[in-house]
Amino acid sequence: MHELSIAMAVVEQVDDALRERGAERVPVRSLTLRVGELSGVVPEALDFSFGVAAEGTVLADARLLIETVEGRARCGSCGRDTATGMPPDLWCGPCSRAMNLTGGRELEIARVVLDDVRPDDAGERHGDDDAPGVTGAQADAAADAPARDKEASHVPHR
Amino acid sequence: MCRTVDLHQAVLAKNDTNAVELRRTLDDRGTTAVNLMSSPGSGKTALLEALLSRAAAGGTPAAAVTADLATENDATRLARSGAPVRQILTDGLCHLEAGMLRGELEGWLPEETRLLFVENVGNLVCPASYDLGETVRIALASVTEGEDKPVKYPAAFGLAHLVVITKTDLAEAVEFRREDFLRGVQQVNPGVPVIETSARTGEGVDALLAHVLRAADGRETHTPVLARQHEKHLHHHHDDDPVADHTHAPAGAADHSHAPAGVPDHSHAPAGVPDHSHAPAGTPR
Ligand SMILES: [Zn+2]
Repeated sequence: MHELSIAMAVVEQVDDALRERGAERVPVRSLTLRVGELSGVVPEALDFSFGVAAEGTVLADARLLIETVEGRARCGSCGRDTATGMPPDLWCGPCSRAMNLTGGRELEIARVVLDDVRPDDAGERHGDDDAPGVTGAQADAAADAPARDKEASHVPHR
Repeated sequence: MCRTVDLHQAVLAKNDTNAVELRRTLDDRGTTAVNLMSSPGSGKTALLEALLSRAAAGGTPAAAVTADLATENDATRLARSGAPVRQILTDGLCHLEAGMLRGELEGWLPEETRLLFVENVGNLVCPASYDLGETVRIALASVTEGEDKPVKYPAAFGLAHLVVITKTDLAEAVEFRREDFLRGVQQVNPGVPVIETSARTGEGVDALLAHVLRAADGRETHTPVLARQHEKHLHHHHDDDPVADHTHAPAGAADHSHAPAGVPDHSHAPAGVPDHSHAPAGTPR
């Protein structure tokens, strides 16, 4: 069961990311992962493993939200765009050719929601937004996030 | 009041970084890593023994790393070929990670090594998620395991550059339905070459070694559909050639790829078809 290794990698990366932002002691309220259907990871096993891996960390009380991403493929000849299914069928029969994968292999940490921030922390945040490896959109992320969380197709009970 | 931090980080980023660096280091010294994945008891060690002996006989310096949960039996067996062999004990971990392999090779791998075979932990689920810096990833299944292996383990077979059937000397006895197996392979990994082998009779071992050597020289390439989204991030080879389409097998290679009877050879994308092997714009990573 490699989900435990994966959960540990998640905890470590979130920890590092928060440390970089000087927020290593700020409890995490929720953590959103995007898990592709074809990523070879079982969401239920990951959910269980996360509980173990998060123990004693800032993620200990975090709600884990898993957004499942459907496997999809497109045929370059006929343009057919279809769910791959699981196990995936990546062969376009009518065209006799391999399809192109457009989604389903994702395995990423999308975002974390942190607990209360002191106002002076908020000031520091802006500089951090330009740090290497950080995507640009943090500024509007807070407003954006609640709506996106609703898209989660797999929300485990924790 | 709370705050959201968008991270958009690949969960396996650390492993992938290790894999990319290892692949580059190996490339620079002319070594090609071959990652072998199968379930326990598929005959992987016997085949590897035969491969190492053939490589030695053919003057190809080869070495092997074998990963096991607990015992060192495999290393002892493989060492009989005379090749440098190293055992990694994973202490119960169900897969190898690139960092573990990097650490193991440091100061050990002989300079002249041309091929480095990495016998992954016997398991078709977990190892599939970890790039080890290999250039050739092989998924193996024996004829005794049943025809549905490829669809049961789509990540392992779907991400392979080559599929190897082992123990073909037993195929008749166990009534192995070759066509069903090949259909499953075709479904999850269209166009992947399949080589049938028997370590006991020696069938296919030379063909397999020749295939691996051609892949090492970049003359034999297959890019699995499942790998294409991430491929350009993980394969140093392609850095200098970011828009090339690597899905076309080189001319003349088709005879080696054993497109099985009744299954057409699909490794050639039709001419004029746009290249879709790259992650669509906007894909995070
Ligand atoms: Zn089509």
